[in-house]
Amino acid sequence: MSLIEVKGLKKSYGDVHAVRGLDLEIEQGEIFSLLGPNGAGKTTTVEILEGFRTRDAGTVSVLGFDPQSRGHESRQWRDRIGIVLQSSADAGDLTVLETVDHFSGYYSNPRTAEEVIHAVGLVEKENALIRNLSGGQRRRLDVALGIIGNPELLFLDEPTTGFDPEARRAFWGLIQELRDGGTTIVLTTHYLDEAEALADRVAIINHGVIIEVSTPAELGGRATLKATVAWRDGDSIKSERSDNPTALVAKLSAHFGGEIPELVVTRPSLEDVYLEMIGGVHE
Amino acid sequence: MNKIPSALSLGIRRGNLEIRQFARQRESVVFTLLFPVILLAIFGSVFKDTIAPGVTFSQYFLAGMIASGLVNTGFQALAITIPLERDFGALKRLRGTPMPASSYFIGKAILIFVSMVIQILLLLGFGIVFFGVGLPTDINKWFTFTWLVLLGSACSTALGIAFSIVPKSGRGASAVVSPIVIILQFFSGVFFVFTQLPTWMQQVAAIFPLKWLTQGMRSVFLPDSFASQEVAKSWETGKTVLILVVWLIIGIFFSVRKFKWDRD
Repeated sequence: MSLIEVKGLKKSYGDVHAVRGLDLEIEQGEIFSLLGPNGAGKTTTVEILEGFRTRDAGTVSVLGFDPQSRGHESRQWRDRIGIVLQSSADAGDLTVLETVDHFSGYYSNPRTAEEVIHAVGLVEKENALIRNLSGGQRRRLDVALGIIGNPELLFLDEPTTGFDPEARRAFWGLIQELRDGGTTIVLTTHYLDEAEALADRVAIINHGVIIEVSTPAELGGRATLKATVAWRDGDSIKSERSDNPTALVAKLSAHFGGEIPELVVTRPSLEDVYLEMIGGVHE
Repeated sequence: MNKIPSALSLGIRRGNLEIRQFARQRESVVFTLLFPVILLAIFGSVFKDTIAPGVTFSQYFLAGMIASGLVNTGFQALAITIPLERDFGALKRLRGTPMPASSYFIGKAILIFVSMVIQILLLLGFGIVFFGVGLPTDINKWFTFTWLVLLGSACSTALGIAFSIVPKSGRGASAVVSPIVIILQFFSGVFFVFTQLPTWMQQVAAIFPLKWLTQGMRSVFLPDSFASQEVAKSWETGKTVLILVVWLIIGIFFSVRKFKWDRD
């Protein structure tokens, strides 16, 4: 059985059908990324999985539990998951260490505050008040609070918004370590390079349904789409789309007698494929 | 595998954290704790009359200030700060952890109780030093005082948490909550002698807890001879308990059933 199983999920807000019969399976130990434009039903779906919203129809099982149940079982379920929300800006009168240490007390089997602060790279800020942290440091604190409970399943919502490139790379390393340690991760992001770097599988959601689930490399038939070969010929850059780029490169190589000036071979990026997919769904 | 911590132990942890957070917000510490003392200083200096044999207005006002302190530090503070916490996303984050709602409520109750005790000590100290207020010597009066503070603070906390669902946003909360409290203070005999108010005001005030808290505090700090000056010619202790308990239950009911963790 999958770690997360969703069948026929529906949710409306008045006349707005945010989610319209969505099916989804997420396996243990993978990084699964949900991609989709704003208003596609992404946030609603994730918030139903997190137990923040109730559904109108369908079945949902997360770690074998229905997230909209309440009571003691719900506490035991929350003990096994971690959530990093999109935005949180607490008043900030506590230090990083105090906050992380306090949250560790909520869980039955937490990591130590020191370990988690180290993992997110906030060691030199551990005695700083939260109000004095930069945006990126606050985000790393959010992540620290999401993983302090040693979760089996971690939800990450736009985790690297406001990060500089270096912090982003470091953060990706942290997420991969968590996955390698057995944590299943559900990532929603607007950054397609982030999904490409991290996700084992991606799902594209639009108009309240999943349009495709696949690995980032294969999404939208990306692996078999025409490649673009570009090179310099005299004063101009030339390019050609081809199903057989290797043959084309060999031909060019023969033409130039060896080295092809400024040769670039590209396949459509995840972003190209994604934009095509969500654009193509409009009626 | 360890067990999940109990709701009570987490509530105590939260109480510690809330107090630490509160103590670091200097403006709110000063405003919450000293404002009633400043009011006492102003009213005590302006109105020096004796309102009954052996009873000065400052004594009457001190009892009212202690009672309305329970409403200010509990109801008013919570109904304003909880919507702010909600706007910041702090409540939603807590909702995503195994911490139960009851622990959050217990933490707030501890914070309110502790700040209430500090405020009462300040008011009493100030009243004794500057306005010649005497402390009761009868042990029964201290007993009454203790349950009034405990019940009043619990009632005020529960109603503050319950009322936090009313303001649409943290920014607008103060504008919704503060007028209610100020009007209630005028109606309940905090700023004026209750029996001198129009009857309809007295009747409106009698629905709400503040009137009963002020009357209860008068029963502690004024001589028993003053009981005959009250509307019912007595301290109405039993009725006070009953009304506070009913409001406490109402507060807990709405807190548990209707509390909002998220903006929408």
